[in-house]
Amino acid sequence: MNKKNRPIFMNLLQIRMPVVAVLSFAHRVSGVMMCMLIPFLIYLLDLSLRNEQGYAQALDILRHPFVKFMAVLIAWGLAHHMLAGIRFLLIDADIGVERGSARRSAWVINVGGLAVPIIALLVLL
Amino acid sequence: MSWRAHGSRAWLMQRVSAVYLAVYIVMFGLYLLLDAPTSYSAWRTWMGLPFIAVATSIFFAALLMHAWVGLRDVIMDYARPPVIRFILLASVALGLFAMGLWVLRVLMLIPSSLSIVTVASGILPLATLVHPCTA
Repeated sequence: MNKKNRPIFMNLLQIRMPVVAVLSFAHRVSGVMMCMLIPFLIYLLDLSLRNEQGYAQALDILRHPFVKFMAVLIAWGLAHHMLAGIRFLLIDADIGVERGSARRSAWVINVGGLAVPIIALLVLL
Repeated sequence: MSWRAHGSRAWLMQRVSAVYLAVYIVMFGLYLLLDAPTSYSAWRTWMGLPFIAVATSIFFAALLMHAWVGLRDVIMDYARPPVIRFILLASVALGLFAMGLWVLRVLMLIPSSLSIVTVASGILPLATLVHPCTA
């Protein structure tokens, strides 16, 4: 079978995703999401350091309801990305490689990553 | 593609930058939690402290490198036709490089005793972005 005729099955709704795959995929999604935020982060830093008005303007942006809503999403992304990242580093160091513990830590992080923005939301409200 | 040949260097860089980013983000979070700036001058003074300014420029260098390796991996996995892949990789590299120059300018304009050398020492690793092989 040559390279071009290889069958490709990419129906994400029908592929059964083990918990570890969900973790890995969410790590990518949150990473790409945060990459798209970098220019906004630099813009806010720029604005806040420019002068008094810029600083006040930056605070106004951060207090905007839409930005607060986005902050909850970002809190999930950052929490999940960092937790999953630490998990990958530990696995590199041969900690938690076993199938059982790898699955358990993936569950904890997938749920824990969701818990962080929910707790943040409860604190904000 | 020749980038593959340097996979292990990218692998290592991704991990080293990850550790730095995690430490910086936790420290910055603690600062906001425990001693949040109350005014423009307090914020500017804090950002202008040599230690913070250098740590922050290294943070952005690490962030942009980390983003480059991560996006590169994603693009190489999903962007099929080589032309599309090349266009995506080139625009991501250009965009990240531009952001590096932007943040360099922002950090250097903080009025303080900060010299060009201190900020540059943090941001300089960004030069590796120009040449994808070293990333």
